[in-house]
Amino acid sequence: MAKRIDVSGLSAFYGSHKAIDDISMTIEPRSVTAFIGPSGCGKSTFLRTLNRMHEVTPGGRVEGKVMLDDENLYGSGVDPVAVRRTVGMVFQRPNPFPTMSIFDNVAAGLRLNGSYKKSELKEIVERSLKGANLWNEVKDRLNKPGSGLSGGQQQRLCIARAIAVEPQVLLMDEPCSALDPISTLAIEDLIGELKERFTIVIVTHNMQQAARVSDRTAFFNLAAVGKPGKLIEIDETERIFSNPSVQATEDYISGRFG
Amino acid sequence: MTAVTDRPTVASGGAPLPVSLKQARLPRWAPPVIALVAAGAGCGIGLGAGLDSTIQWGLIAAALFVLGTYVLSAAVEGGRQAKDRLATSMVWTSFLLAVIPLASLLWETVARGIKVLNVYFLSHSMGTLPDALPGGGIYHAIIGTLEQVGLATLIAAPIGLLTAIYLVEYGRGRFAKTVTFFVDVMTGIPSIVAGLFILSVWILILGFGPSGFAGAMALAILMMPVVVRSTEEMLKLVPNELREASLALGVPKWRTILKVVLPTSLGGITTGVMLAIARITGETAPVLLLVWGAKTINNNPFDGAQQSLPLYVFQQWQIGTDAAYDRAWGAALVLIAFVMILNLVARGIARWKAPKTHR
Ligand SMILES: Nc1ncnc2c1ncn2[C@@H]1O[C@H](COP(=O)(O)OP(=O)(O)O)[C@@H](O)[C@H]1O
Ligand SMILES: [Mg+2]
Repeated sequence: MAKRIDVSGLSAFYGSHKAIDDISMTIEPRSVTAFIGPSGCGKSTFLRTLNRMHEVTPGGRVEGKVMLDDENLYGSGVDPVAVRRTVGMVFQRPNPFPTMSIFDNVAAGLRLNGSYKKSELKEIVERSLKGANLWNEVKDRLNKPGSGLSGGQQQRLCIARAIAVEPQVLLMDEPCSALDPISTLAIEDLIGELKERFTIVIVTHNMQQAARVSDRTAFFNLAAVGKPGKLIEIDETERIFSNPSVQATEDYISGRFG
Repeated sequence: MTAVTDRPTVASGGAPLPVSLKQARLPRWAPPVIALVAAGAGCGIGLGAGLDSTIQWGLIAAALFVLGTYVLSAAVEGGRQAKDRLATSMVWTSFLLAVIPLASLLWETVARGIKVLNVYFLSHSMGTLPDALPGGGIYHAIIGTLEQVGLATLIAAPIGLLTAIYLVEYGRGRFAKTVTFFVDVMTGIPSIVAGLFILSVWILILGFGPSGFAGAMALAILMMPVVVRSTEEMLKLVPNELREASLALGVPKWRTILKVVLPTSLGGITTGVMLAIARITGETAPVLLLVWGAKTINNNPFDGAQQSLPLYVFQQWQIGTDAAYDRAWGAALVLIAFVMILNLVARGIARWKAPKTHR
């Protein structure tokens, strides 16, 4: 199921502005990798290059290679639609489709992509909602609009929607930053369970969260405002937080800047 | 957060800060009373000065009202509140000035049109009735208007929708700019010019006769830019996050547009199309050039002259007898009712289709 991601020499641009420069890293399967770093250093941009969502922004352009097991996402002839089916994404702000019910939201990825039997859909929706620890809270109101849920529930609904299409990798861009501590805890628990099945990459501004949920942590930084962001180091989370090899990482983690 | 305290505090400049957040207010009945006094004074001055236009009386009263509230409020409540009152009273006055012509137009049409409006009027054509005599009806004109507007919508709505989708979802660079430019130009085309264009191509060059369809083509030219513009605005309102949410599920772009973008903005798009229909329903010039008008029922919009409501009003008015005037007002009333019903339907659809957020 889960796949390894191997990035080499990756740079991303917005028009002529280079947002991230020459990033190389390996993301292990069935593990949680956290991205930390000051705002604007290109964490979101980098994350979005991993499922070819970067090029959706007008002027967005990417150089370099992203290998998913042994396939280059940016190789010629690769269908971005297929890439996004394999690499799912959860956004910072919960974004359930406002015209759809809870059930339809979870079924959206499947239903929008092909025809499924009603019974099949039901099964997948239930499995995904259970996978997102939301089933018990919504099982009696599957036909109500998804936008009627609380923020934390909406975010878990979005996670259920993302895992319903059975991706191999799940990207999360600050999935808890719009949520209260209880919902945050619920989602952190969920990430712990999901890593059994998926490769997970999570951007977070919360050091404790990175320390709690991730196996490996990558620290990004930028030399100055307007300069492109760079990967400073990536290592076991324990090492990054106890004994990082670069001084800037230690400064950032101990709160001296950022 | 600053709490209100009893202790007088002193700002750095030395002036005491207000101790309370409360301040003197004009009582709630003040503005209506001022309005009444102003209206009375306006009439008084008008009478006294012997102005014979009641419009001048009204304008004097309005000016007095605006001035009166400002002065009173400045005296009682202070400068900032007075400016607030000034803005409020000007908004109300402008609102009244805008509504009065509309209301009197409606009143005039209903009062005059209701005389002839009955089932016979709605279900019969003019037939062989001599123009000057009372009687006759507008059935043929209703049929004509419905068919011409329906055909125009069938032509213009799909083209307009697709153009808007192209411009918002796909259009980049020179070509999109050019399309936008021509849509803007088309918005400004006078209806008589659209009529002349179809006349020269369809009737003079290709040699077809007058027909409802010819009129519909001219109406479609007028309708298309309106549909494009309103649909474009509605599509732009759909947040990009929704498109991305769908794309990130691996849904192809065209399905994203069809299943996520369009349903989200459907209410607004429908309203836009309905308003465009309402606009072309009242067009007379192209119909005059291309459909010619008729006294009898012609159900076939593809062959022969037809009637339409606005053209009927125009022709009856030209006849110039009392009976014809009555018929013109009756048809005008039906036309207004038709457009209003369309508007109401559009609003209903917009409300019904709007994204639901309640639990
Ligand atoms: N849509 C965009 N258009 C142009 N520049 C952008 C856009 N999004 C982000 N950027 C720029 O890219 C850089 C990285 O941004 P981002 O990836 O959002 O940082 P982070 O997520 O680490 O806070 C910033 O300099 C930002 O100004
Ligand atoms: Mg970000």
